[in-house]
Amino acid sequence: MNLTDLLAAAPEMTLLGLICVVLVADLFVEEERRVITFWLTMVSLAITAWAVFETAPVGRVLIFDGSYVSDALSQVLKIGVIAAVAVTFLYSRDYLRANDLHKGEFYLLGLFGVLGMMVMISANSLLTMYMGMETLALSLYALVAIDRTNVTSAESAMKYFVLGAIASGCLLYGISWIYGATGTIEFHQLADRIASDPSVNNLALWFGLAFLLVGIAFKFGAVPFHMWVPDVYQGARSPVTLYLGSAPKIAALALTLRILVDGFGGLYGVWSDMVMVVAVLSLVLGNLIAIVQSNIKRMLAYSTIGHVGFILLSIFTGTEQGYAAALFYTLTYVISAVGAFGMIILLSRRGYEAENLSDFKGLNARSPWFAIIMMFMMFSMAGIPPFIGFFGKLNSIDAVLTEGYTGLAILMVLASVVGAYYYLRVIWYMYFEEPADQAVLLTSTDTRLVMSLNGVAVLALGLLPGWLWTLCLQVLHGH
Amino acid sequence: MDFSANLLSILIWLPIFGGFALLAIGDDGDAASSKAGIMRLIALATSMLVLLISVGLYRDFDSTTASMQFVERISWVTAIDAWYYLGVDGISAPLILLTTFITPLVVIAGWDTIKSRPAQYFAAFLILEGLMIGVFCALDGLLFYVFWEFMLVPMFLIIGAWGGDRRIYATIKFFLYTFLGSVLMLVAFIYLYVQTGSYDLAGWMDAPLGMTTQKLIFIAFLLAFAVKVPMWPVHTWLPDAHVEAPTGGSVILAAIMLKMGGYGFIRLSLPIVPDGSEYFASLMIALSLIAVVYIGFVALMQTDMKKLIAYSSIAHMGFVTLGFFLLWKIDGDSGAALGMSGGMVQMVSHGLISGALFLCVGVLYDRVHSRQIADYGGVANTMPTFSALFVLFAMANAGLPGTSGFVGEFMVIIASFKANFWFAFFAATIMVLGAAYTLWMVKRVIYGDIANDDVAELSDLNRREFIVLGVLAISVLLVGLWPAPLIDMMNATIDQLVERVGLSKL
Repeated sequence: MNLTDLLAAAPEMTLLGLICVVLVADLFVEEERRVITFWLTMVSLAITAWAVFETAPVGRVLIFDGSYVSDALSQVLKIGVIAAVAVTFLYSRDYLRANDLHKGEFYLLGLFGVLGMMVMISANSLLTMYMGMETLALSLYALVAIDRTNVTSAESAMKYFVLGAIASGCLLYGISWIYGATGTIEFHQLADRIASDPSVNNLALWFGLAFLLVGIAFKFGAVPFHMWVPDVYQGARSPVTLYLGSAPKIAALALTLRILVDGFGGLYGVWSDMVMVVAVLSLVLGNLIAIVQSNIKRMLAYSTIGHVGFILLSIFTGTEQGYAAALFYTLTYVISAVGAFGMIILLSRRGYEAENLSDFKGLNARSPWFAIIMMFMMFSMAGIPPFIGFFGKLNSIDAVLTEGYTGLAILMVLASVVGAYYYLRVIWYMYFEEPADQAVLLTSTDTRLVMSLNGVAVLALGLLPGWLWTLCLQVLHGH
Repeated sequence: MDFSANLLSILIWLPIFGGFALLAIGDDGDAASSKAGIMRLIALATSMLVLLISVGLYRDFDSTTASMQFVERISWVTAIDAWYYLGVDGISAPLILLTTFITPLVVIAGWDTIKSRPAQYFAAFLILEGLMIGVFCALDGLLFYVFWEFMLVPMFLIIGAWGGDRRIYATIKFFLYTFLGSVLMLVAFIYLYVQTGSYDLAGWMDAPLGMTTQKLIFIAFLLAFAVKVPMWPVHTWLPDAHVEAPTGGSVILAAIMLKMGGYGFIRLSLPIVPDGSEYFASLMIALSLIAVVYIGFVALMQTDMKKLIAYSSIAHMGFVTLGFFLLWKIDGDSGAALGMSGGMVQMVSHGLISGALFLCVGVLYDRVHSRQIADYGGVANTMPTFSALFVLFAMANAGLPGTSGFVGEFMVIIASFKANFWFAFFAATIMVLGAAYTLWMVKRVIYGDIANDDVAELSDLNRREFIVLGVLAISVLLVGLWPAPLIDMMNATIDQLVERVGLSKL
C-alpha cells in the first residue's frame, strides 16, 4: 500500500471519517435541534463531493492490488449518487420532522448507504463489489423499517431483507463458482483469463455468471426478480422510498457495467441473451402492471421496472454507445424520479401520506407551480420531448437500432405508449379534477427552491442534452 | 427593424415565451378579475404581434425559388449531429401564415367564454402556436419530432381542462392515438439517422434506400400522418376530441393540427421514400376515396353539429391525401402538380372553413349550451347576421364556386379525371354528399319556424363574434375568388417536389 492507493480511495475514506463525526455529534444534539445533524450530513456530502473532484484521476487507476478502481466513470457515478442523496435528504427533512421521525439514524444510515454505493462504484473485484453492496443493503433494510411502529413498514422491511438475503446468497454462490473456474475475482484479470485461455470458457463459468445475473437483476428490480420492488416502495415511508428509488439505481448500473462489461465483456455471447430476456420482460410487465395501480408509489415502482428494461436493453447491445446510453438513461431517470417522489413527500403532512393517485386531484388549483413541475416529471418519464427523459429513450433506441434490432426498438416505443397512459393519469388528476383536499402546501424555502430547480433541470437538460451525452460517451470510452 | 435573419425563430419563440409569461404571472382563477383582463390583453397582443411579423414572412417570401428561405442553422446536439435548423419553402409558408392568422381569432373567440383559469387557457394556445410553427419550419428530423410531439401537450390540456362532459376520455384517446402513431415515426427517424449519420431532412431525401426499407419507413410515416390527417380507419379519435374540446381547441385542431398530417406526407413521405410511396399510392387513393364517400355518409347521419363538422373534416382531408398521391397515376408532371397544389389549397381552405364552422357552433353553444341539431330550428329569425355568415361557411364547405372550398376540390377533381375516371367519379361525390350533410344541417338549424324558447331568446352576434366570423368570411371569399397569390406561392416548390418524387431512389 502506498500513498497513491490512499489518494484514489480518499473520497470513501473521507466519507467514513465524516460519518463517524456525525455519529458522535448526533449523540449530543438535543431532540428539538436535530436539524443540526441534517446540516452536518449535508456538509459531509459536500466535502465528499469535493474530495471526488479533487482526486479525479487521469485515466484508470487500480489500487489495493487491483481490487479497487478509480476512473472517469466512477467519478461521474459518485457525483450522481451524492447529488441524488443530498436532494433526497433535503426533500425528506420537513416530512420527517412533521411525522416524529426526525432521527439521526435516518441521515446516518443514508450516509452509510452512500459509502456502500461508492464502494460498489469503485469495486474492481467481486468481493469488493459484494462488500459495497452489503453495506448499502443493510442500511436500506434498516431504513425501510425506520418507522418501527408502522406495521406495513416492518412487513416490507422483512420482505426486503429476506429476498435481499437470497439475492446476496445467489451472488456469493456465483462468485465462488467463478473463482473456482478462473482462479481470480478481479475484473481485469477475469477479462484477461477469458481472453487468453479458451478452456476457461466452460459451463462452470457460465453457471457462476448466471447467478451473478440473478443478483444484478435483483438489485435493479428487473423481472422476474422484481417482487420486492412494489411492496417495499409502497410499505416504506415516502422519504425512504425516495432514497431507495433514486441513488441505488446508479449503484446498480455500476454493478452491471463493472461485472458484465469490465469483467465478462469477453463472454458477451453468453450474457447478452439473458440480459435481453430480463430486459424485455421488465419493459413489458412493468409498464402493463403499472396501469392498474391506484397507489402512486406502487405505480412508480412498476414504472421503475419498465425503465430498468430500457437501461438493460441499452446494455444488451454490447457497444460503447449502448453503455453510454444506459448511463445517460440512469442519470436522467434519477433526476425525474427524485422530483416525482419528492412531490409525494411535499404533498404529505403530519399523519397523512399522499400516496394515492387521487391525492393529486386538483393540484393545479392548489399550487399551479408544483403542478407544472410534477407535469414535467411525468412527461419526462413518459419520454415526451423536449424533456430529458425523451433523450434517454432516444439514445437507448438509437443504440439498439444501430445494432440492427428493429423489433426491439419497436417494442421499446410501444412500451412507452403504454407507459404514457399512467403518467397522463397523474396529469389528468392534477389538471382535470377538482381538489378533494384544500390544505395549504407548507414547504420551506430551500425545499421549494430545489424542487423548482429540479423541475427546470428536467426541461433545460432536455433542451440542451448535448453536453451530458458527450460526457457519458467520454466516460465509457474504452470500456 | 430587420428581423429577417431570425424571423422564423421569432415566430416560434415569441408566442412560447408569451405563453410562459402568462403562466408565470397567472390569474386568480377568476375570469372576471382585472388581472384576468390583463392576461387576455397580453395573449391578444402577443398573437397579433406574431401575425404582424408573419406578414413580413409573406412580404419577403420569394416565390420564384424552390429552395429553403429564411434559413437558420445552429448546432444543437453536436454528439448526434442534430441541428436547430429552420427554413420555409412554398409548402410550409402558407401553413405558417394560416397558423398565425387563426390563432388571434381563437384568442378573441375565447375572450369571455372561458370562465375558469383564463391565463392558463391562453398560455396553452400561445405555446401551441409556437410549436405548430416550429413543426412547419423544422428542417432537422429531431427538431421536427420535438415540436411534433410536444404539440400534443397543450392540446391535451386544453381538451382535458376546458372541454365537455366526456373530456377526459376524449383527451386521453387523442393523446394516446397520436402518440402511438408518432413513436413509430421516431423509430423510422432513428433508423434514417443510423443510415445517414445525421438528422438533416435534405440528407434523408438524398439517401439511397432499398425497396423493403422504403416500404417499412413509409408504413411508419403513414401511421403517424394518417392518424393526424386523420384517414379512415384511424380517424375515430377525431369526432371525440372535437366534440369534447372547447371551441378554440376544436378550431385549432381542425384548422391547423390536421394539416400536420398532410404536411408530413408532402414534406417527409413523398421525397424521402418515393418508391415506397409509389408502391402504396393505390392504397392511399383507396383510403382517401373511402374517407370521402363513406365518411360523407357517416356525416349525413350525425345529430351533433360538432360531430358532423368533424366527420366532414375527415372527408375533406381525404381530398388532400387524394391530391398528393395521384402523382403516380397521371402522365406528365403538370397534372401531378395540379393534384398536389389542389391538396395544398384544400388544406388552407379547409383550415379557414372548418375553423369558421366550429366557431359558429361555438356561438350557438355559448347561448343555448347544446350542440344537438334537434335543439335548434329557425335561428335565422332571431340571429340574422349570424345566419348569413353561417350559411356562407356552409356553402363554402359544400364547395360553392366563389368560395375557397371550391378551388382545392376542383383542382383535385380535375387531376383525378386525368388519372382515372372512377377516381374522379368517387371524388366528385363530395360535391353531392358535402352539400347534402352541410345544407341539411343548415336547413334544420337556421331555417324553419322558431323551434323552442331557447331559440326565441337568442341574441345576434356581439361585436367580438362578428369580427372573428367576418374576418374569416372575407378570407374564405378572397381565397375563393382570387387564389392566384396562394397558388403562386407554392408553385416553384411543388414543381421541384414533383420532379424529385418522380426520380426513383432504387
